[in-house]
Amino acid sequence: MNALSLIWANLFRKKVRTFLTLFSILVAFLLFTLLRTVAGAFGGDIDIAGVDRLQVSPKYSIIDLMPVTHMNEMRQLEGVEEVVHSTWFGGNYQGVNNFFPKFPVQPRAYFEMYPEFVIDPAQLDEFERNRLGAVAPQLLADNFGWQVGDRIPIEGDIWMQDDGSRLWEFELVGTYTSTNEDNAFNGFLINFDYFEEARPDQTEGLVGWFIVRVTNPDEAAEVAAQIDELFENSMSPTRSATEAEALRQFANQVGDIGLMMNGILSAVFFTILLLTANTMTQAFRERVPELAVLKTLGFTDLSVASIVLAESLLLCILGGAMGIGIAVVVSNAISPQIATFAGSFNLETTTILAGFAIAALLGVVVGLSPAISARRLQIVEALRK
Amino acid sequence: MAIVELSNVAKKFTKGKEVVEVLDQIDLEVEDGDFLALMGPSGSGKTTLLNLIGGIDQPTAGSIKVAGQELNGLSSKKLAKWRSENIGFIFQFYNLLPVLNAQRNVELPLLLTKLSGKQRQNNAAVALEIVGLADRAKHKPGELSGGQQQRVAIARAIVADPKILVCDEPTGDLDRDTADEILSLLELLNTEHGKTIIMVTHDPKAATHAKHTLHLDKGRLVQEVA
Repeated sequence: MNALSLIWANLFRKKVRTFLTLFSILVAFLLFTLLRTVAGAFGGDIDIAGVDRLQVSPKYSIIDLMPVTHMNEMRQLEGVEEVVHSTWFGGNYQGVNNFFPKFPVQPRAYFEMYPEFVIDPAQLDEFERNRLGAVAPQLLADNFGWQVGDRIPIEGDIWMQDDGSRLWEFELVGTYTSTNEDNAFNGFLINFDYFEEARPDQTEGLVGWFIVRVTNPDEAAEVAAQIDELFENSMSPTRSATEAEALRQFANQVGDIGLMMNGILSAVFFTILLLTANTMTQAFRERVPELAVLKTLGFTDLSVASIVLAESLLLCILGGAMGIGIAVVVSNAISPQIATFAGSFNLETTTILAGFAIAALLGVVVGLSPAISARRLQIVEALRK
Repeated sequence: MAIVELSNVAKKFTKGKEVVEVLDQIDLEVEDGDFLALMGPSGSGKTTLLNLIGGIDQPTAGSIKVAGQELNGLSSKKLAKWRSENIGFIFQFYNLLPVLNAQRNVELPLLLTKLSGKQRQNNAAVALEIVGLADRAKHKPGELSGGQQQRVAIARAIVADPKILVCDEPTGDLDRDTADEILSLLELLNTEHGKTIIMVTHDPKAATHAKHTLHLDKGRLVQEVA
């Protein structure tokens, strides 16, 4: 026997209580790890998006549209190297549960704007040539088992065709990958020419937003200001920002993801703190005479306090490790599904380390009070209890 | 040679505004190898005196020297170390750790030594052998009778080979036959293993196993019975 086996034995004195507490801690850390990863999935693109690109969106609402002619005016500005446009298509593939973003784009110009997206040149040629053509991220195609040549039916929810039909059918002419794993950008890309031709006449010439490549990334802020100034008094004023900022603003349409995650996690950890503290306090009270016996045998005040604190640490770290371990398995399992609409979904090492650090901190906070009480325990008084 | 020397020891408790004198003007010497029974009515101060000798309580006044060590003024840490090396405790209600089996309960005091895990196991096995419980080593206290639990407690008390055993009503929770077995075991430890034993008891029959008996009444030693 050693000190660890004494601590272990004490920890499982009341097995049901310990397992329930362990389970609570496990759930808390499972939530922590997954929610932090979800927040990372939303924030991941924000961190990596290039600052040499600006996104020019409608000033007042992301659902507004802007005239495609803005592109030509922007190209005249000093510091603007190239401009492409994109539009939110919406729509459902085989029901509402198979969500993935879809964008009508100018095939060649779009891929030139995003050199990190790699497509076979022949497939890009076909995408440009075939007005019904569409290309999908490889990950998305794998997920749905699509092959080049497949017909992909999309039921429009925002966009219907000029003849009133909601059914859009595209031909998959290629797939693309990303050289940046964290910027998979899983858009299903549609040939804009077909979209433009088929949609109702009154919306022709309107697009959702522009992506602008600036000549000098250091002057991106100035260029953004120039663009917004240019359209300030037009029918469609703009709001320009780096892609990172634009994505952040988009995420904030739902709410402040980070704040929401932190709010949920704070509530979870506060509850766990109370629950575990209650367990440890109860466990301490139940064996005050036993701790006194340890002191009688010659264990010092500090060593008895350390035993109590170590139990708390072990409980929290064990629960935390189990929760984090399950989160690793779960995130690996669901990563491909999540990645189809949220970009990357990678469990970061820093999240795991933060989880263990929080587990240790929780153990110390929860165990400190019983440990101090154990240290102060007077043998004679405690033996009478 | 005296292994325990108490000089003018007093112990007072404050209970609210009332000061209770538990022990007063105690002078006592216990010879090395003695087996002393401390008797007296409830509240006479027997257990308090035992606690002072065992170094788990401090006197209000007076001097206590046990196993060559003056206990007054020792820090809590030094006192703990001293206890682990010199005193074995045996309680009325055994005070074993219910989560550990007999073997591990006996090993507990050895965690404070520098012995290896293997040596600790061997020593604990020897101690259990001495008290006749080698075959119950893997049983937890809840699976043992009262007499067996007290034997485990005795094994725990002797495993670190202390000079002195302090026993607080060691047979108080046992039936007559079992009590006799435990007392015989204590006698054996005294005569064969040279342990100095100081035992608090209410039971005159238990006291007959001791070499000497002292009586306490209202916190004072009143007579010695040969």
